[in-house]
Amino acid sequence: MTAANRCAIVGIGQTHHKAKRQDVSIPGLIREAALRALADAELTWKDIDAVVIGKAPDMFEGVMMPELFLADALGAAGKPILRVHTAGSVGGSTAICAAHLIMGGIHRRVLTVAFEKQSESDAMWALSPRIPFQPQLTAGAGGYFAPLVRAYMRRSGAPDDVGLQVAVKDRQHGLKNPYAHLRIKGIDRAMVADSPMLWDPIRYLETCPSSDGACAMVLAAEDAAAAPRPPAWVHGLATRSEPVVFSGRDQVNPQAGRDCARDIYAQAGIHTPSKDLDVAELYVPFSWFEPMWLENLGFAAEGEGWKVTASGATALGGALPINPSGGVLCSNPIGASGMLRFAEAAMQVRDQAGEHQVDGARRAMGHAYGGGSQFFAMWIVGRDRP
Amino acid sequence: MSDDAPDAAATAAPVTMVPSHVRLTYTVTAGRHLSSYLRALADRRIVGGRCPVCTKVYLPARGACPTCGVPADQPVEVADRGTVTTFCVIRIPFEAAPFPPPYVAVAILLDGADMPIFHLVRGIAPEEARMGMRVQARWVADDQLGPTLASIRWFELSGEPDAAYETYANHL
Repeated sequence: MTAANRCAIVGIGQTHHKAKRQDVSIPGLIREAALRALADAELTWKDIDAVVIGKAPDMFEGVMMPELFLADALGAAGKPILRVHTAGSVGGSTAICAAHLIMGGIHRRVLTVAFEKQSESDAMWALSPRIPFQPQLTAGAGGYFAPLVRAYMRRSGAPDDVGLQVAVKDRQHGLKNPYAHLRIKGIDRAMVADSPMLWDPIRYLETCPSSDGACAMVLAAEDAAAAPRPPAWVHGLATRSEPVVFSGRDQVNPQAGRDCARDIYAQAGIHTPSKDLDVAELYVPFSWFEPMWLENLGFAAEGEGWKVTASGATALGGALPINPSGGVLCSNPIGASGMLRFAEAAMQVRDQAGEHQVDGARRAMGHAYGGGSQFFAMWIVGRDRP
Repeated sequence: MSDDAPDAAATAAPVTMVPSHVRLTYTVTAGRHLSSYLRALADRRIVGGRCPVCTKVYLPARGACPTCGVPADQPVEVADRGTVTTFCVIRIPFEAAPFPPPYVAVAILLDGADMPIFHLVRGIAPEEARMGMRVQARWVADDQLGPTLASIRWFELSGEPDAAYETYANHL
């Protein structure tokens, strides 16, 4: 990276994600993640210069501009607080906004937090709006993305069972992650195949759960990065968006995703992502999005992503582990899901991922997308100072 | 209040969550381009707008073509039949569902348009749904027509052979 200050990730925290965290309020939920990030960095609220918070649509919990009432719980009194919203990619773009404050030389230590409390919300309702002058055509996120999955299957000629494989693989990974919401012992293909079809061709066990959860990171400038544990360093970061509607739009393999990936690879000096990166946490809320994003992000040629998945390369122990944490398929506190991808990437290069650690991971990618596959946020983090 | 109410309150489980439904009433000003599309629907016609630069036909017409930035509003009437580009079978029950699941939700590239519209296909078993199906609008009765896409009740098979994949591959 050039012409910017270096940014280090010195503290990482997340909640134990569950269907219903009735033991905590929303402020309690985000504090749980924030306090763990501060503890990891061995810092206190006093050390933080600014807070950047993100979540998905306010309609989910029905609380307008929740950052206003959460500022207090995040120790932001007397400090700048900034809220970010880019739909499902928001956890990623929130971290990127926080990193920009470091890289632009504005602040030395920034706390960034993202959350969703789906038990106090109804995402299926919020994502099935009655649109004026139309019959009821929307049916949640699955209703939007299932036709794209079908288009991918037709276009690539992938066999029907690749989605089952991803669903099993990510749940097996999740069993190694103590924070994961879904922990399905004995998960196998038959269990996924026999689960109800919700949005044909997407089955129940091929879709993400509804979770309560939060994620937090402390980002620091180079002169403030003396952490008790080695930090992760930002090697590249970018966001991109594109209109959700235009004639000829490739919704299966969106231009904005390709451009965003190309940008961060150039920043990080990556030529062959499948070889130059040791692990990636990709935003895969429906199992088929793993092969789709492998192609979009240049890990596989167009039409070949499913072959990489089918080969087993994306499982822990494979050549290109994808979502060792269990990913969105195991935990989906929507607003936090993108930041969890970014944080898990940083945990990998800090050798901090416990049972789901990829041995010797030196460079990792965090990825998030949102809206109608129209918002993208990505970063590459590394063990070495860039 | 009955005599035993205080005891019941004392022994009841603590309230941990109270569902609170939100509703928003608002007025939409459709604007010139959307209005011309909606008025045509009340007349059993589907009218979009062509971009003078890229020549793409949008439904409804748009004040600005998303790729060219100029008004895409040269009026063009498109057919009320077209090709299903992709689809999904909704099997999940939810409150706002227009029909009891399963039902088939589709993207349809109407003949003469360059953007698929979303609608429903009825009259086929969900397992018979496929990409490339040719479908025809089933309009509501005259006295139910209005300035809304709901003037088309649903789409049905037109009876034509399926379209070749290449004819709609660029609209996925």
